[in-house]
Amino acid sequence: MLEIADLRVSYAGIQALRGVSLNVEAGETVALIGPNGAGKSSLLNAVSGLVRPAGGSIALNGTDIAGSSPWRVTEAGVLQVPEGRQVFAEMTVLENLQVGQTALHGRDPTYSLADVYRVFPILDERRDQRAGSLSGGQQQMLVIGRALMGGPRLLLLDEPSLGLAPVIIEQVFAALARLKEAGLTILLVEQNAHLALTASDRAYVIEQGVIEKSGASADLARDPDVTALYLGQT
Amino acid sequence: MLAQQILNGLVVSGVYALFSLGFTLVFGIQRILNLAHGAIFMTGAMVAYYTVAAGGPLWLGFILAIVASGLLSVLVEIVCFRRLRRTGDEEFGGIISSIGAGLVISTIAQQVSSTQILRFPFDTFPVVIFRFWGLRVSMLQLFMAGAAIVLVLVLGYLIYRTGFGRRVRAVTDNEHAAMLMGINPNLVYSQTYFIAGALAGAAGVLVGLAFNSINFVMGEPYLMFGFAIIILGGLGSIPGALLASLVFGMVQTLTIAYLPSGLTSTIIFAALFLILLVRPHGLLGKEDAGNLRGRR
Repeated sequence: MLEIADLRVSYAGIQALRGVSLNVEAGETVALIGPNGAGKSSLLNAVSGLVRPAGGSIALNGTDIAGSSPWRVTEAGVLQVPEGRQVFAEMTVLENLQVGQTALHGRDPTYSLADVYRVFPILDERRDQRAGSLSGGQQQMLVIGRALMGGPRLLLLDEPSLGLAPVIIEQVFAALARLKEAGLTILLVEQNAHLALTASDRAYVIEQGVIEKSGASADLARDPDVTALYLGQT
Repeated sequence: MLAQQILNGLVVSGVYALFSLGFTLVFGIQRILNLAHGAIFMTGAMVAYYTVAAGGPLWLGFILAIVASGLLSVLVEIVCFRRLRRTGDEEFGGIISSIGAGLVISTIAQQVSSTQILRFPFDTFPVVIFRFWGLRVSMLQLFMAGAAIVLVLVLGYLIYRTGFGRRVRAVTDNEHAAMLMGINPNLVYSQTYFIAGALAGAAGVLVGLAFNSINFVMGEPYLMFGFAIIILGGLGSIPGALLASLVFGMVQTLTIAYLPSGLTSTIIFAALFLILLVRPHGLLGKEDAGNLRGRR
């Protein structure tokens, strides 16, 4: 579904990605793990069209989308859930979800409002509340729900566990597991490697803008290098 | 007497509301003070005048004024701000470039009007006075109040009840997240500037009719009051701008009626400072109104 080859991204002369290649097949959950500043978010932002790549290609079902505007990328069905729970704070929960429909650009929705409420029942209870007044976990559920309203074929998740309490992380990842089971293709970026490897089929390890390792998540979880570097404390 | 003044004050407030709503809408979405807004207001009055002077009916002048001011406002955004936003210097750079745009527009208007004060031909708007409960209301005042109320309601409906309004508020709230949800911010900006300009143009026509005096600098005092109104209401707040327009229109009308002349502006701006001492973010403002969330 997604095929990234030799992707390079620089900010003001500093190379954030130095020739990254990875692929995500339909129905898979693929994790991208690595330390802070390794280039994980840069990769997602290049796919989403927020930053223009300096080189390489990003193919979605065979069509090169590198350098497309963010709204064209959403039109193709690639929806990013940005880091840091970026809800529209002054709008209600329901309005946030309705804004997500903009990403459809006339395509048929894959998740109805009722579907999203079924995945995250708390959003139904809080539908008329200001999004800014929700707890961190509820906001994370809202931004995922908002992206679902945009009919994603591929969902890009940027650090969904960041700053959340363990019990809330469990709820969010349980919901992601249900979405995966229903057939959603997911590219998951996480600093919490243990969590990412548990939730994914395959994973890539990125360091300083280069893919260092890749393979089945279960294998990587047993890889001594990975366990020493990323799973030590968890 | 008091009831009459309150009525007059409401009409004045309506015009202020039309002017300052567009001003605050643009600030809310881009954190840009569009200081060409007064010139856009003036353009509305001029377009209506020249339509009527060329023999057209007033309603046509009104519509042309709204469309022309809306388009001019879009042009100002594209020429003055779009490029600056990419450099990230729109807050201060935008003030300078919009002053420039305002000067260009005013100078063109000065040339076109030969620096004359333009007056609508007599009876452009029928002079009819209604009397009830001891009050005097002209048809023009009723029209002004009616137009202001209708336009404010339409704006409120657009912003708070439609998909377009949700996209505007989403971009206002977090441009970065809005882009990731498939919103093209430049399109939303153009639409917002059109509405802001159209409202200012409508206000320009109403003021031109009310005072029957149109000239190339007529926007300046309104820019000043509009600025004060959106600060008083809370920068970027639509309900705040409405409330502050009401406060300003009322205070202005009542001080003119009951106090020695010349004190009006002194009292209005002294009141502004006093209110800001107690509420530094304005009547309905948010503490972080000056920050751009989710940008760069």
